[in-house]
Amino acid sequence: MNSIAGTARLPSSRRFTDRVGDRVLFGLTALASLIAVVVIALVIYQIVHGAVPAMSKYGVGFLFHDTWNGSTIFGGGATIFGTLVTSAGALLIAAPLGIAIGLYLSQLTSPRTAAVIGPLVELLAAVPSVIIGLWGIVVLAPIMRSTIEPALHNVLGFIPLFGSPSLSGSGIFTAIVILAIMALPIIAAITRDLFLTVPSELKDGALALGATRWEMVRGVVLGSMRPGIASACILGAARALGEAIAVLQVIGFVFQAHANLFDNGSTLAATLANDATSNNTTLETASVFYLGVILLGIELLVNLAAQAIVRHYRLPSATGGPTQKIVDVSAAATALDVEM
Amino acid sequence: MASVDYSGPLTPTGNLRRRRVVDRLARGSATAAAVLAVAILLIFIYSIVQHGASVISLSFLTKNPLETFSVSGNAPVGGIGNAIVGSLLIVAIGTAIALPIGVLIALFLTEFASPRWAGPVRLALDLLYGLPSIVIALFLYGLLVVGHGQAGVYASLALAIIMVPLIARTTGESLGLVPKELRDASLALGISRWRTTVGLTIPSAFGGIVTGTVLAVARAAGETAPVLLLSSLANPTQTSGSVFSQPLNNLPYDIYNFSVEGGATNFAKAWGAALVLVTFVLVANFTARALHARSRRMMSR
Repeated sequence: MNSIAGTARLPSSRRFTDRVGDRVLFGLTALASLIAVVVIALVIYQIVHGAVPAMSKYGVGFLFHDTWNGSTIFGGGATIFGTLVTSAGALLIAAPLGIAIGLYLSQLTSPRTAAVIGPLVELLAAVPSVIIGLWGIVVLAPIMRSTIEPALHNVLGFIPLFGSPSLSGSGIFTAIVILAIMALPIIAAITRDLFLTVPSELKDGALALGATRWEMVRGVVLGSMRPGIASACILGAARALGEAIAVLQVIGFVFQAHANLFDNGSTLAATLANDATSNNTTLETASVFYLGVILLGIELLVNLAAQAIVRHYRLPSATGGPTQKIVDVSAAATALDVEM
Repeated sequence: MASVDYSGPLTPTGNLRRRRVVDRLARGSATAAAVLAVAILLIFIYSIVQHGASVISLSFLTKNPLETFSVSGNAPVGGIGNAIVGSLLIVAIGTAIALPIGVLIALFLTEFASPRWAGPVRLALDLLYGLPSIVIALFLYGLLVVGHGQAGVYASLALAIIMVPLIARTTGESLGLVPKELRDASLALGISRWRTTVGLTIPSAFGGIVTGTVLAVARAAGETAPVLLLSSLANPTQTSGSVFSQPLNNLPYDIYNFSVEGGATNFAKAWGAALVLVTFVLVANFTARALHARSRRMMSR
């Protein structure tokens, strides 16, 4: 056999462009990634920096002080209260409905039906929030004022939460309904993707043991996916916490904390949208940024918590990324112990 | 389980009947929840079309808010011409910034980064994804607007920050679907890494990149918080100023502004603008879905 003659070398000009090209491409991708890291750091720095005057004047007491008179005294208590009430209320409505939709799409209906209904539910998340807010003002608020709020007040009026109905239809309760509509498709889509990863062996096993479909779902699907459901709900809540525009449109913006759900109120995000541009004094601007710091802190915490749950239980990533089949079959198997 | 009567007939006991009822109730309520979600979407679309369709006319789409074009009947005064132009400009510039950065980040994560460097970048992307748009708007407001005034391009920057994690994520997913053997074959032929990436990997993932971009554009077009803080004080009679030095009117801000000002005429204009915006968003979503299905089919072939 002849030895192979010559060397398989590229012309030197080609080798040069290859070496430069590799470096340039790597440099560009690294630079873009660096920009992402720098931007998130800048966001945190800029918002904390803007809040410094208010932080040094009010300290931690800002969180509990609920007067915001627009010129001299600023406190975040009422808006923090409003944020927590609206988000908790929205989650209370959206979580059961969202999980039920996730179950329906992944377990209870045919893939063919799910392929039609699923995208429609996702489309609900694509409707811009300002349009949902417009709908809230024009369509939902009058119904709230004339029908729903009086009905709730008459039946449950002995609870302070359901006080006298609002005159305009706008208020905390209307904001809760709007936020629930926004959180619903997020929880539904995430839980559906989650439930689809339950191994069919486990489900078939439960059915073969004589469990009804619901018992199978409750024991195997819900039982083994509890942490994932929690992280889906957290991400739904994150959406509600951060929504500014639609809330501002329907909450009847005022700074006050009270028990009556039908009265007006404010949230952190809505205050940022409403007051950031009306900077009468430097102290007011700084106070708005202080609210921004609180909202940023809550959002970062909430998102990290959802991710930590996903990582810890090695769930299929709720926020996208490479999906991973769950390996913790034993947890699912113990959950199989359905009562018959 | 101790004493089972094996001689009895195999008919449902009262317990099984109860279990069946519970089963049916549970399945029924899950179905009802899904119907409710679809119903809400249909009610939204119905409301928008019902209120908005009668407002749409050529002059509504082309005139500016304070220009009078009709006084007959209930037809509103003024249109959304400059809002459409402004939205197009703001979103286009935002996309031009976000698309290369998003794709490059995805390339860094899938092709170049060691786990040690990928970790922080992934974390940054996830945190950016989780940031409420109002916080991004407040950040740019403090950084750029205070002391200088608004400009359309600031809103583009905010939209770019919102779009980058979306584009990076979908691009990353479709890059991950490109078979490793394909890359290895190319590298084994002596083709350099950058030629492999530019000539092979990116074209293979092209469908995913386009899908992600279209979805990100649909999302950005409806974002209201950034334009409210960064590009809302536009001259209502001007069709379009310089995007780099002046705030531009735009669709989400018009809808917001008309809706909080209230009154029949303003609501009518808000619904008209909402119909234009929602049509764009829905068409973009359907397009993205179709593209996604098509590239999936091409990939699996």
